[in-house]
Parts: sequence; structure tokens; C-alpha cells
Amino acid sequence: MGTGIAIVAARAGFRTIVFDAREDALDRARQQTEAFLNKSVARGKLSAEEVESILARWSSTTRLEDLASSDVVIEAVFEDLRVKHELFSALDAICKPTTIFASNTSTISITEIAGGSGRPDRFVGMHFCLPAQLMKLVEMSPGLATSDDTWQRAWDFTVQLGQKPVKTNDTPGFILNYFLIPYNNDAIRLVEAGVAEPAEIDKAIKTALGYPMGPLELLDLIGMDTQRLLSEAMHGLTNEDRAACPPLVKRMIAAGWLGKKTGRGFHQYTDTKMFGA
Amino acid sequence: MSYRIKWAGASRSFPERHAFLDNASAEGDCLVYLGECAGKEYVADRASLRTDTIVAIELKDECLGVYTDEAEALLDAQRASKRVFGFARFRLGKAAPTQLIELVVPREHDEVALQALKALFENAGFVVAICNDFPGRIVNYLIRPYYNAVLRRYDEKLATAEDLDTTLKMGLGYPEGPLALLDRTGLAEHAETSQALYEALGDSSFAPARLAANARLAAKSNA
Repeated sequence: MGTGIAIVAARAGFRTIVFDAREDALDRARQQTEAFLNKSVARGKLSAEEVESILARWSSTTRLEDLASSDVVIEAVFEDLRVKHELFSALDAICKPTTIFASNTSTISITEIAGGSGRPDRFVGMHFCLPAQLMKLVEMSPGLATSDDTWQRAWDFTVQLGQKPVKTNDTPGFILNYFLIPYNNDAIRLVEAGVAEPAEIDKAIKTALGYPMGPLELLDLIGMDTQRLLSEAMHGLTNEDRAACPPLVKRMIAAGWLGKKTGRGFHQYTDTKMFGA
Repeated sequence: MSYRIKWAGASRSFPERHAFLDNASAEGDCLVYLGECAGKEYVADRASLRTDTIVAIELKDECLGVYTDEAEALLDAQRASKRVFGFARFRLGKAAPTQLIELVVPREHDEVALQALKALFENAGFVVAICNDFPGRIVNYLIRPYYNAVLRRYDEKLATAEDLDTTLKMGLGYPEGPLALLDRTGLAEHAETSQALYEALGDSSFAPARLAANARLAAKSNA
């Protein structure tokens, strides 16, 4: 997801440094960025000159020290509080005092992450939607200790990125995941209970509500492995029954039916290419 | 297949004229019960109907099994009403009915009859989703807990109504945010359906959220 966020920042005119501990990950990020931008040219969304200047603003590093002069650092590492604390703690020792730290977490409390950052007053949540380079929405959350000045600067920065910020309290799943994870689990439970076939459920929801995708089609894109991780994280934080991972998800993972990426989930696919890749 | 319609009160699926109504004939093979008392009307007629008649009963929130011999057929499939189906044209509160027909299949059913009935609705321009006889069928089972959660979290000041709706529209491509949609289609109407499903399923996520429950009480006291 970091690759997409970096595209958003560089495209909006910001000098953007992408950090990863692994060189090969950075190579992949560069390739994906170039491929996405070239496709944007082919579709008439950007000119070749614009792509050239975006790529000139984009650089990468395996040295955390290279982020020292950043005005904003957006973290997009996997959802592990200890790993996030270690990263921010190291960044706090390197970055200038005015640098704002932001986390792209979708489930962990901003206040908890900020608590281990060394600068809880200069910390915000900035949850981008996948794929970040195509989706405008950013869920922004202040932690309990976030200062008004930090909040306003982070909000203005998000607007300058060309994104649409919405403010949400620092509670598990914020808005999107809080509602989406249990809703998707309910759809899985309908299949488990034999109420209807996946195709019938998707058809009913799209026709009745005008949604662009049925819940089981969406789950096939999300992936059963991801849905399991999200459900377990959310259920662990809220103890709400609807957030608990349905047993069918675990069986599908065991069978290798992860969704579109493996060619089979609730539906079958011949094309396993993922949206935004 | 031709069909005839027997009215039993006002129909929630067909509040206005529709091709499906116009295309019915007095001597049709299939019998469609429409109206708020459709199920009761079928029960009253049942003994006089030919056993091979295909029947479609309009449902509201109740299950088809309320009107068929489901309990008696529990251990004797021969007694099941295999040609009696339920249906509802999905409609959210005060909004106009949609093009979705949820076609409810009994536990034991005649597949030829099911396909004939499905074609009958499709020929009238509907999209048909087939489901088993379960409280809430497909759509209400999925959306009522979600709407209750949205109302509850709005009540708890998770975000403003505008930001909640914007997030769900932009994040998931929904045509309308849930709060604007509930405002348009009726909180009291949501509470009524959700309460019926709560009583049927005993699942607290269907218990109407405070805002909806209050709207329902207010509507009753003003009636």
C-alpha cells in the first residue's frame, strides 16, 4: 500500500522518499509506480512530461536517516503494534521536531501507536483506501494527545495531496472497516447457512441497493486470507460477534480458495490480475 | 406459463400498476397471491386447490413456512408443499419497490415449477434471486444489522453524518450513504423490519438502534 500512497504524494507535487529495509521491495515499488504512471499516460490521464517530473520527485532508500528532513512521514507497515512502535521510535530520534508522523493503520488505535512514537502530540491516523493511487478517500483520526496544530497541518496536507479527508474518532476499524468487516462476514454466514448461492446474494444486493459489487465478489478481491486477518484483529478489539471470522473462511483458505488472486473464491476466475496492480 | 392473481389486501410489492399485473389472466395455470394477507388467503384456499398448482405467495417479513405444512412435513417429505413458493419484491421503507424479486424456495421443491416461476417474473422485467426460507431472506438479513450499526455509531459520535456517508460512498462506491438513505426511506420503517427479524432470529444485531426505535415509537404515538 505504501507504493500507492507514494504515487499520490509525488503526483501531487511533493518530494517523496520511499523507505523499505529491503532493496528488492523498493525495486518492485519503482516498477509498479512506473507501470501505473505509464498506464495513466496511455489513458490520457497524465502527459509524458508530467510522469517524468513525478518520477523525478520519487526516490527510495533503505536508510531511515534519509527521512530526517521530511515534513510528514506516513507509515504503512503491517498491522503489528510492536513493529510500528520500533519504527516510530527510531524515526523520532532521526526526524526534525516539527515532522508529523502518520499511520495508515486500518485497525490499530492511533493513540496506542502514537504512545510509542515519542511524539504523541504530533501524530495522526491517515487511512488510505486500496488502491491508494485511485481512491480519493482518507480516513483521518486524531489520537487523544494529537495537538490542534498537528491535526490542522495534517488535514491541510491531505487536501494538498488531492485526497478527500474525513474525520473519524480513534476507534477500531474507524468508519470503513468497522462496518465492512462484519457486513462481509454476515454475507459469508448466509452462504454457510445455505440460504442462497453466492451469485444469488451478489445479484440481490446489487439490484436492490445499486451497489457496484456484491459482498462475495468484493470478498474475492479482498482475499480470504486478508478477511481472516481483518476479522481476527477487529474481533480481538471489539469482541463483537459479527466481527468474528466465520469458519468457512478458514476452510476456504485451507483449500487454497483465497479469491480472485488464486482463481477461485466464492466465484471462479480465469483472469487473476488484481485491480490497481 | 400463464398465471392468475388473487388479491388479499394492498400489495407492498405492487403498489401501482405494473406489467406483471397487466399480463395476468383469469384462467392462468399458476396462482399468485398478492397483498398483506396473501399467506392467510392461501391457507384458506389450500384444501380446494389442485395439488399440481404452482403457487406464489407474497411475503413481507415472515417466512413461507408459516403458511405451508413445513412442520408436518419435517419427517415426511411426501407431505411437503413442493410447488408453493414465496416471494417479495424488495422495497426499502417508503422508497418505491426495486426490480429485485427474492424468490423463496421451500425445503422440498419441484425444480421445474421453480424455473417456471422464475421465468414468469423475469419475463415481467424483474431480476430474480433465489433463496431458501430464512428470516430476512438475503437483503434484509445483510442490511439491517449494518444499518443498526451505522445508527448506533452515529449516536456515539464516531463521525458526523456527512463524513459517515461520504466515507461509505467513496470507500465502497455506494450510490447513497446509509444515513441519507435511512432518512429518505424512513427510520421507523427500518425499525419495524429490524424488530421483526430480531424476534425471528434472536440476534441482538437486529435489535433496532435507539434512533430507529424512537422513530418507530414516535410514529406509533402520532398515528
